[in-house]
Amino acid sequence: MRKALLSAVLAVLAVLFVFPIALTLTQSLRSEHEITVNLAPVSGAESSESTLDPRADKEYMALNWVPDRATLSQYYEVLVKQPRFLFMFWNSVFLTVPVIVGQIAVSSLAGYAFSQLRFRWREPLFFLYVVTMLMPFQVTLVPNFIIADRLGLLDSYSAIIFPGVFGAFGVFLLRQFMTYIPYSYGEAARVDGCGRLQTFLRIVLPLSKPGIAALAILLFIDNWNMVEQPLIFLQDANKQPLSVYLSIIGEGELGIAFAASTVYMAPVILLMLYAENHLVEGIQLSGIKG
Amino acid sequence: MLKRLNNQEGVAAALFLAPSVAGFALFFFVPFLIGCYYSLLDSPVDGSFVGLRNYGDLLRNEVFHRAAWNTFRFTAVSVPLNMLLSLGLAMLLNRNAYFRSWLRISFLFPLVIPVASVVLIWRIVFDANGTLNGLLHAWGWIPRDWMESGYSPAVVVVVYLWKNVGYNMVLFLAGLQNIPAEYYEAAAIDGAGKFRQWRSITLVYLMPTTFFVFIISILNSFKVFRETYLIAGEYPHEDIYMMQHYMNNMFRSLDYQKLTSAAFLMALAITVLVWTLFRAERRLARSIGG
Repeated sequence: MRKALLSAVLAVLAVLFVFPIALTLTQSLRSEHEITVNLAPVSGAESSESTLDPRADKEYMALNWVPDRATLSQYYEVLVKQPRFLFMFWNSVFLTVPVIVGQIAVSSLAGYAFSQLRFRWREPLFFLYVVTMLMPFQVTLVPNFIIADRLGLLDSYSAIIFPGVFGAFGVFLLRQFMTYIPYSYGEAARVDGCGRLQTFLRIVLPLSKPGIAALAILLFIDNWNMVEQPLIFLQDANKQPLSVYLSIIGEGELGIAFAASTVYMAPVILLMLYAENHLVEGIQLSGIKG
Repeated sequence: MLKRLNNQEGVAAALFLAPSVAGFALFFFVPFLIGCYYSLLDSPVDGSFVGLRNYGDLLRNEVFHRAAWNTFRFTAVSVPLNMLLSLGLAMLLNRNAYFRSWLRISFLFPLVIPVASVVLIWRIVFDANGTLNGLLHAWGWIPRDWMESGYSPAVVVVVYLWKNVGYNMVLFLAGLQNIPAEYYEAAAIDGAGKFRQWRSITLVYLMPTTFFVFIISILNSFKVFRETYLIAGEYPHEDIYMMQHYMNNMFRSLDYQKLTSAAFLMALAITVLVWTLFRAERRLARSIGG
């Protein structure tokens, strides 16, 4: 009985969490016309002089769960009639994949040094990484811009990819994760004549798989979402990723925004359903000990 | 002999760290130093040295006050709230409930959903003519203009919690599952009540996890800027005008003096915070022998 009650309470909460996602999906099946009519109170022109008098008989946006008539017309519009959308989708992929691959390579090496090797400036250096990781993007915005300019990276994906590859989050997460690998494993390997690089490649890296998987997923989410960097570093509208394009669609073309949103979040949701165990395991193992 | 061994380990560490440190220096640390230097000039191009005058100007600037206060207030409210809620959820989910893995995945879902996708839904819900007000109106309560009033910080807190509670919950869940059941059994034999057990065992052994959760929560509290920016634009209601809005707008209006000095002050605040946290963690780790 108690178990049922507990499950019920948790289920209600879970529904609240999934609700906005479900809503996006159902809205994407309505026709553009339906959306436009339905969202009129929100996107309407008179919103500027809206009064908050409770007695005024005003029209509110009704939350219609289910479309009156399900149709794929939004998807047709987005995927077939607007090639630009798919174009932006690939832009997002080209921006995201190099950051994930690069940051995993660079930060697994550094994470190994921070967790398995003893050296003089270890603590202060790691402290510096953590502080940097917490800095919002805007803190180094101007100098970053200048450096990108000097290196001739402006208006190219490199201006976003390089800082992404060297982000401190990967080092932080993998260092946490690798701390659980006992020193004795490495020592045993060295007694058997393994060099440090061998130890790293054959022992530490395979043992860190869950951590690396979690990092890959988290990096994918974060970079798939990026908004500020492309707006600053990319002038060319055709180079913008989907995340930026979508926020523009939201302004003008509400009718197809939900289908666009759905296509946009589909890869992440599929990844999540496929790799949820890795994500959870990786997050968990990174955080048990500080 | 020992010294040589240490040296060797230091060289190995340097090699493993080289790619990361080089990129980190080029894209984060050097830009930051350049930024500090610019904050002491009166113009980034052919500027002359003006000492701390920019800081004086900044500290007298009212918009800066507002941005700094809002950011501080948001972090001070939302981070503890996030930790409390996620700990509560983790404790509930740690008991025996039906469909545990489905519940867990539901709470984690908001983390992976792209910001731009879900922003549309937030706009529909919290708009002055939106769904929430529609419901309030139907129940005879007074509707409010959520994003354009003193209630806007609460909306941002809700959006932040919705997205980030899942991540912390997973971390706490791991921490809880790592506490051996024998501790509780032994305490029960000694006559400790449920609350006493929770306070003396659960909380104490969760401490290391808590530090990690704290850092991650702060990191993510700065990221909520994306949502705020996409919902409310460059100039949102004055109560949710954050440091990132301020720095973004200074960048746009080419006021690099204010931007770089604000960036330095924010970096300083974060450094002090992390420093305190590291100190506290070390002290605590000694006291519980972890």
